[in-house]
Amino acid sequence: MQTEALTGGFANPPIDSAAGFRAALNAMARPGKIETVSGGTAPAPVSAAAAVLLLTLCDAETPLYLAPGVDSPAMRDWGAFHIGAPLVKAEEAQFALGDWAALSPLERFRIGNAEYPDRSATLIVEMPDLSNNGAILSGPGIETTAQLSLPEVEIFRANRALFPLGLDFYFCAGERLAALPRSTKVEAA
Amino acid sequence: MAKAEQEKTERQAWMGLLAKSSPARLAALMDKASDVPDFTWLRVPEAGGVMVRGRMGGTGAPFNLGEMTVTRCALRLESGEVGHAYVQGRDKAHAQRAALVDAMMQTDRASDLRASVLDPLEAEREAQIATRAAKAAATKVDFFTMVRGED
Repeated sequence: MQTEALTGGFANPPIDSAAGFRAALNAMARPGKIETVSGGTAPAPVSAAAAVLLLTLCDAETPLYLAPGVDSPAMRDWGAFHIGAPLVKAEEAQFALGDWAALSPLERFRIGNAEYPDRSATLIVEMPDLSNNGAILSGPGIETTAQLSLPEVEIFRANRALFPLGLDFYFCAGERLAALPRSTKVEAA
Repeated sequence: MAKAEQEKTERQAWMGLLAKSSPARLAALMDKASDVPDFTWLRVPEAGGVMVRGRMGGTGAPFNLGEMTVTRCALRLESGEVGHAYVQGRDKAHAQRAALVDAMMQTDRASDLRASVLDPLEAEREAQIATRAAKAAATKVDFFTMVRGED
């Protein structure tokens, strides 16, 4: 196993994962708010923020899908050592990691069902950059409106229409992350 | 390939020995052994539970025997060797020592370490098993049926 696969875990797992979870929670509770995280690194091209999310949210009971682009032997080894999440195809995943083009089409991910809307996938999207301009967000957790540089708009509107079913998204760029839950209304700027 | 297989078996043997060793004894042997190199953590020691499974007679259907507490860690020496350890109980310093031995066994200090740490551990372990087996053997009862005289 390559050394790269063995490094990059949390130095102090209880504290670091609590901080990571707080950031993930804040981002999801305030859609559009950009949080900065640190403490984890995964083999390139996976961003530090995505690595922290994986280390915090995933374990042996959360099937993970690695989209083409991030699905490398180094990344598989890293996941096996630090997370232990089973790698599955997109249709069965609870978490998915990749850039926007590699994750499409989104119809293949689970959106939950009426009895269990929580049995849906959370997508961790790698972005080249993240900023508070672009699509206009409103809904729970947003006082008036917020803005976030989303890759597109129409797909998120369709996802909102599925509520209470649907997908949740994290967007990662470097050490910064933001989230878009299924409850948020998205409009083009 | 055969060489890699053999190395794997040897490593399994010493990792197994370290996992079952007593914390105090390993600490004493390590103190007597030479200096300990610097290292960085890959996985800091963490305690957790594992389910121990068994098979009746070694071949039957697997069943859950019970949970046991283990401590695991992984570290890398400055020279690059990676050591892993899973040990019984929740002694984190013990896991660290076991991982250090595992890593150092991959360096040129292997023969040193085998003589000063692993061989004594192995001898004691075998003596312990032999004592236990002897104690158990003393209580052995052989059943046999006397020939009955009615026919």
